[in-house]
Amino acid sequence: MEYSNKLLLKGNEAVVYGALLAGCDCFFGYPITPASEIAQTAAEKFPLLGRTFLQAECETASINMVMGASAAGRRVMTASSGLGISLKQEGVSYIATMELPCVIIDVMRGGPGLGNIAPEQSDYNQITKGGGHGGYKVIVLAPGSAQEMCDFAGLAFDLADQYRSPVYLLTDGVVGQMLESVTLPAPRPRRESPEWALDFKVNPRTNYLTSIYMEPADLEKVNIHLNEKYARIEENEQRCEEYLADDAEFIISGFGICGRVIRTAAERLREEGIRAGVIRPLTLFPFPKKAFRKHAEHAKSFVSVELNNGQMIDDIRLAIECSRPVSLVNRMGGNLVTVDDVVRHVRKLAKGGN
Amino acid sequence: MSEVVKFGRPKGFFETFERRPGSIKKNMSYCPGCGHGVLHKLIAEAIADFGIQDKTTLISPVGCSVFAYFYFDCFGLQVPHGRSAAAATGLTRANPESIVIGYQGDGDLAAIGFNAFIQAANRGENYCVFFVNNAIYGMTGGQMAPTSLLGQKTTTSPYGRNALTEGYPLKVCEMVSQLEAPVYVERVALTSPANILKARKAVRKAIKISMEKKGFAFVEVLSGCPVNLKLKPADMDKFIEENMTKYFPLGVFKDVADEREPVKRATPVYDRAKVEETLYRAMPGGNEAHESLESPLFDRELRVKIGGFGGQGVLSLGLILAAMGKYRNLNVSWLPSYGPEMRGGTANCAVILNKGAIGSPIVDSNCDLLVVLNRPSLDKYLPELGENGVLMYDSSTIKDAPKVKPGQKAIAISAGDIAEEFGNLKCANAVMLGAIGAVLTKYYLTPADAAKFQETAEAAIAECFAGKDKIVAMNAEACKLGYTKMQNAQS
Ligand SMILES: Cc1ncc(C[n+]2csc(CCOP(=O)(O)OP(=O)(O)O)c2C)c(N)n1
Ligand code: SF4
Ligand SMILES: [Mg+2]
Repeated sequence: MEYSNKLLLKGNEAVVYGALLAGCDCFFGYPITPASEIAQTAAEKFPLLGRTFLQAECETASINMVMGASAAGRRVMTASSGLGISLKQEGVSYIATMELPCVIIDVMRGGPGLGNIAPEQSDYNQITKGGGHGGYKVIVLAPGSAQEMCDFAGLAFDLADQYRSPVYLLTDGVVGQMLESVTLPAPRPRRESPEWALDFKVNPRTNYLTSIYMEPADLEKVNIHLNEKYARIEENEQRCEEYLADDAEFIISGFGICGRVIRTAAERLREEGIRAGVIRPLTLFPFPKKAFRKHAEHAKSFVSVELNNGQMIDDIRLAIECSRPVSLVNRMGGNLVTVDDVVRHVRKLAKGGN
Repeated sequence: MSEVVKFGRPKGFFETFERRPGSIKKNMSYCPGCGHGVLHKLIAEAIADFGIQDKTTLISPVGCSVFAYFYFDCFGLQVPHGRSAAAATGLTRANPESIVIGYQGDGDLAAIGFNAFIQAANRGENYCVFFVNNAIYGMTGGQMAPTSLLGQKTTTSPYGRNALTEGYPLKVCEMVSQLEAPVYVERVALTSPANILKARKAVRKAIKISMEKKGFAFVEVLSGCPVNLKLKPADMDKFIEENMTKYFPLGVFKDVADEREPVKRATPVYDRAKVEETLYRAMPGGNEAHESLESPLFDRELRVKIGGFGGQGVLSLGLILAAMGKYRNLNVSWLPSYGPEMRGGTANCAVILNKGAIGSPIVDSNCDLLVVLNRPSLDKYLPELGENGVLMYDSSTIKDAPKVKPGQKAIAISAGDIAEEFGNLKCANAVMLGAIGAVLTKYYLTPADAAKFQETAEAAIAECFAGKDKIVAMNAEACKLGYTKMQNAQS
């Protein structure tokens, strides 16, 4: 039989395909809308390849299962949304301190509180600044399509290994629920257990993993080491997609579904003769500061389009050191920003309004 | 108790505690008379005697034994307070060949970690747990534990534990032995030499069960914390034997080790062909089967919206269109109504087809093809129809012809009635699909593309209802019927 690697997949399905093709061994999760298709697809596909799927009793458990499997030297992933992600944070802090690689997907929904199941992007601050207790950071990727959900899963595992760090895929309910054509990559061989892993097949039993350092001097050393790593990540891993940006007077920025809306908006604005361009961050930590700084040299004004109360806008302001005005187009509660909303806003800016 | 701790350092411990920071590398950090040290020795001796140190990971909890990994000459993992059972699950599932030992205090296991613990026990995870019940929170300075006895004074039960306010001490062995999965459950005490011998046997048995992969083994160990119970080490033993064992009787609560078969776990598959077979789509011709479209209609983005009642097949009609686009090498997006819009029983989806990259997948204006199967959707979405847009509506539910703007087309097809005649109302969406084909053929498609319509539709239907052969055949038939009916109506 011949096979085609072109599939129609929801973002939530594509990420599971991407993970399996990248050699993910284990998935531990707990159902929550709008991320449940990830667990459902994993439940279906992982066992077909002899890999481990387990529905945990809660998100706290699932993240600690992730810790165990990662410690064992395996590629491991979990997925949730907002409230479930909050529950995982204790574990993520330990994982980050022990420098264990893993991939976590947050398909954001309406918050705060129980909120609703409609798309939002309000976990931005929580996740891009670390998320749990203590001064750690995590690498945060921002897929905006089913194809990127698939591809970034593989990228996430590689970055997780390279930097020995948890890596998030931070996206929203729309990207998770939307179905698109996806070209699947080639399957990769199993990644060998790293030299720090508690895997007796390859490593001596002298290996151990811990995150407790009772001596302040020792714990400070750990923190310095982690922060040096975060500086390296900031230097080397900034990623973004620039579109019509080179001569843009107005730089519009957004990630996830907003990254799609602003692309169409910029095209429409160009048709009207307004020089609009797009920076779509693909990494949210590290934030693509270099690109923003570069375009601040010619852009008059920046616009942040977000499904929250205005969170990424602060990172844009920091990136360009407040050298240009940055305005916000946002919706909350599970409502979407439309192309028209963005076009109207930029049109007004172009006319000299605020 | 102090005299029985005298036997020499077992081989399962490190000679010097190199994992311990600072200058003290020879001594453990436990108080005199503490049960942890004794239990450590029993475990260390067992893993050395069984020759399993190379394969063993001991999980240190949060509690006085947080630094257990300093001492045991095997792999070590230190985990968050109460999460030992979840981490153990991750370890043993990821690597079923490794031997995993959980070690938890009563706060760690029976309070903050009880759910993780009981769930792992209930799943029959292949690992063993040593549960140090010292009736107190040792590490944090003598607060009440779930296992503190009634009347016991602690820093957080200064008037004595009261059943009315704090509940009863938690009987973990009694609870866990009620579950199906656990293989072995015993409660022992670290008091007299005879009791310690029993504890030694229990420890070895539990580890053996893990080695034989028979599942979940659990040993509760009544243990002393003379510091926080404010007792002399000698009185500590008395307290355990006279007070604790009354409420926490010693003995075997469950032992089905002889009846159990080893837990079998699958071996991960990485063989390239097998992975492709599982995740790719079986398709004669492979990727080559995807042929590009020639009709100029597709030189620009095509925006489709479909609306109707839930159950009318609105979402699957959109899916089929999206799949058809994929078969003709277009980029496609399909976005179902989702969130607030879902209410009220109406459903809609947006489909975009584009040779290039698709921007916003949302269709709320400039719609090229609007398909509506009920009146509310017509009223709601008609304003979104673009300049030269085509409206197709089900005239079996929408009786009066809708007014469209100049340049726009409104085309009726009684999809519901035709489907009912055909024998299944559920096929109204497939009838509509056929009708769309006839309209596209008449106005937009090149003859070559038009000739491929039915074939592509059938492939897409087969993809969307994969594995349901009857439904596939029925929908393909209904699609043909819709095509013919529309063609006849148009000529
Ligand atoms: C999330 C969290 N909450 C609270 C603590 C503080 N804490 C440390 S040890 C402990 C109790 C340990 O008691 P137990 O499990 O009985 O162990 P023991 O010290 O008695 O051996 C607590 C509450 C913590 N480390 N983490
Ligand atoms: S406080 Fe209690 S449990 Fe902790 S080391 Fe001392 S005696 Fe042992
Ligand atoms: Mg205790």
